[in-house]
Parts: sequence; structure tokens; C-alpha cells
Amino acid sequence: MQRSAIKAWFVIHKWTSLVCTLFLLLLCLTGLPLIFGHEIDHLTGADPEVAPAPAGAVLRDLDAQVQTALQHYPGNVPLFVGWDPEAAVMYVNTGARVDTPPPQMQTVQLNTLTGEQVPAAQFNEGVMYFILRLHTDLFVGLPGLLFMGAMGLLFVVAIVSGLVLYGPFMRRQRFGTLRTGRSRRLAWLDLHNVLGVVTLGWALVVGLTGAINTLAKPLEQAFQAEQLGEFAARYAGQPRPATLSSLQAAVDTARAAEPDMRPAFVSFPGTGYSGDHHYGVFMQGDTPLTERMYRPVLIDATTGELTAQPQLPLYMTVLLLSQPLHFGDYGKLPLKILWALLDILTIIVLVSGLYLWIKRGSTATRVTEIERAQHREGA
Amino acid sequence: MNPTGHRPAATRSPFVAPAWIALASLVGLVSALLGDGIFDLVSWLVFSALIALFIRAWTRRERR
Repeated sequence: MQRSAIKAWFVIHKWTSLVCTLFLLLLCLTGLPLIFGHEIDHLTGADPEVAPAPAGAVLRDLDAQVQTALQHYPGNVPLFVGWDPEAAVMYVNTGARVDTPPPQMQTVQLNTLTGEQVPAAQFNEGVMYFILRLHTDLFVGLPGLLFMGAMGLLFVVAIVSGLVLYGPFMRRQRFGTLRTGRSRRLAWLDLHNVLGVVTLGWALVVGLTGAINTLAKPLEQAFQAEQLGEFAARYAGQPRPATLSSLQAAVDTARAAEPDMRPAFVSFPGTGYSGDHHYGVFMQGDTPLTERMYRPVLIDATTGELTAQPQLPLYMTVLLLSQPLHFGDYGKLPLKILWALLDILTIIVLVSGLYLWIKRGSTATRVTEIERAQHREGA
Repeated sequence: MNPTGHRPAATRSPFVAPAWIALASLVGLVSALLGDGIFDLVSWLVFSALIALFIRAWTRRERR
């Protein structure tokens, strides 16, 4: 590679890395417990273990479930209900208004058979929620999310430019070369190169899908505008219905429309997922992939009739796919453990990169170092 | 020319190893999404192998 090209890639790698490294360290450190969020919630009792409902069991009526939940928070309105696919548990999110944002929601978890309250912690309280906010939006909502997304994109550019520089560095070396006995700088450099390449594919995908996930809210809003746009004229000028049709009937209608799927969650009118006039019943399949490819069924919340079954647009498919690929929650505990190990290796890449920058000389020295590595041993 | 007479180990492109690692990672990332059982196992094996690559490099490090 020409000296000028090496210099350009070196400058790109240096600056994209420097800007994002501290935030990436924060993301890697907070991400570590989040990988095991489900397990931690079970261990701490924040999310008690409940056995799944026996096959064919009669579940308690959903409208009664919602009423039970509202008795815990008088004056609130229901926002979402959803089911745990592995336990006889459902949640009812409530809030003071239909557009209550998640940090202010109050949630009741109920046994789906008996309607008894499951003594679970609020999802938006406690240490794990604190860590989640640090990981996603730095406690400042959408601007924080978009900022972290930008850091994720810089990370992707840093990985790609790092890979380009790996070429001249390793032209004369076998893959996996770790020279720890010469200078401390060379040891860290080799470590940075080996680990950077080992984590290459994983870090690219986790970085990119993390950046995509920060766009969830705007994408969901775009989807809502699009799916409701078709029949907006029919509901134009009508206020949000004051009394809603039966939730149980809405879910039954959606089940009949998608007999091979099960409901994952339902959005109430006005919550930002299904417009002002509809229940959105989001159906899911039972494989790791179809579990996340929700199929929405829109039920008119006044008449109880099925209005539409909109197809997910490409950008929503990409968003829904980006979630498991970022969380690593789709291959049971062994995949989570491997996710955590790769996360730790990425932390070492970040720290070694930081070390190499602190122990730097001038840019010219570094470029010469890379240039020499490519010609070393008489090429 | 190399004084030992044989060609150095790294006359292949240095990008061969990264290309294989990227491809394997892709397989590992997608496999567990497609199903359970064997699909999970493939993902576990791929990522275990990547971590083993690093452990191998570490145990063979040149200490002088």
C-alpha cells in the first residue's frame, strides 16, 4: 500500500476510534449485565419463575385481567398487554394518559389462569433499568439514542479502517502472531490486531444492529403513519373512542385471522402503535426468527371488527431482525455466554487501542511503522 | 529473498484469515436465528472456535 493511502486510513482509524472509544467502553461494560438481564431478573426475584400454562387450559378473560390491573392503579388507562411465551404470565402496562412514555408507565403482571398478581418488579425501576438507560439513551431520550447510534456507526468505520490497516501490518506475519517479548508497544499492537480480527464479524454486526435499534421510535412512527394512512379517511375527524370494544374479542378475532400464530402483545388506541381507533394485536410465530417478525392485526376498537392486516415494510423487518442480532438472546444460555466473552474481547481491543494511542509518537512515525511492517524481511 | 530458503508463511494475502472469520461469524450469527437444536449448536461451535483462535494465539505467543 502507498504511504499516502496508509496515512489516510490511519487518520480515519485514529479519529473514528478516538471519538467513539469511551462511549463504546461504556456500551460494552453496561451491555455485559444486559446480556443476562432475563437470568438476573429471575435470580434477584425481580421476575419470579412461573410455570407455563398447561396445554388447553382455559385462560382468564382478558377484559377481566385489564380491570384487575387497573384496580392496582386507579385512574390509569391501559396501554399495552403482552404475554410471556414461556410462563403463564401476562403484563398490563398502564399510565395516566394513553401517550404515557415508558419511564412513567406502571405495570401489573398477572397469572393468565387465575388473574392473581405476580409480584414482579416494575420494568422501569431498579439497577438493571438504570444500566439499560446508560446503555441506550444516557437518560435523555431520543437525542441520546441517536447520539449512541452515531457512536455505533463510528465504531463500524473504525473496524473497517482497522481491517484495512491490518493488511500492511500482517503482510509478513502469520495470522495470530503475538510478540510479547520485545517491546510492550509491539505486544499490545499484536494483541490489538489479533483480537480485532477475531471479533471482526461479531463486532460489525452488533455495532451496526445497535445503531439501527436506536432508530426504533422514528421507524415505528413511520410504520404507524404508513399502515394507518390507507384508511385514515374513514376515521378522519372522529375522536378517540371513549369506551372500547372487548379486548378478549379483539384477540380472538386476530387469532382466527392468523391461526398458526399466537398474540405477543396488544397496543391500545392512542399508544402510538395502532392509531387512535384500533387495537393493534401483534402476532408472533414460534421459531427464533418468526417470534420476532410480528404480524400486526388491526381491530377497530369501537366495532370490534378486523380492519386490516398490514404487511411489515422492509425497514420494520430490518429493525425487528436487528434486535436479536444485537441482544444475542436467540440461542439460549451458551450463546449469551459466548456473546459476553466476545464483548470482553472487544473491551480488550478498545483498551489496547487506547494504550497504543497514549503511547503514540507522531502520525508520521506511526505511518512509517505500518509501512515498514509491510516491507520487513526483505520484500 | 528469505535467508532460510523456504518461502515465509505469510505469502498468502493477510486478508485470508479475516475473510474466513467474517464468513464464519455470519454463519454463527444467522444459524441460531433459523431454528433451535442443531441451529443453536452451529452458532455455539462457530463462536467457541473464534475464541479458541485467540486462546491458541496466546498460548503460542513469542516470548523473546
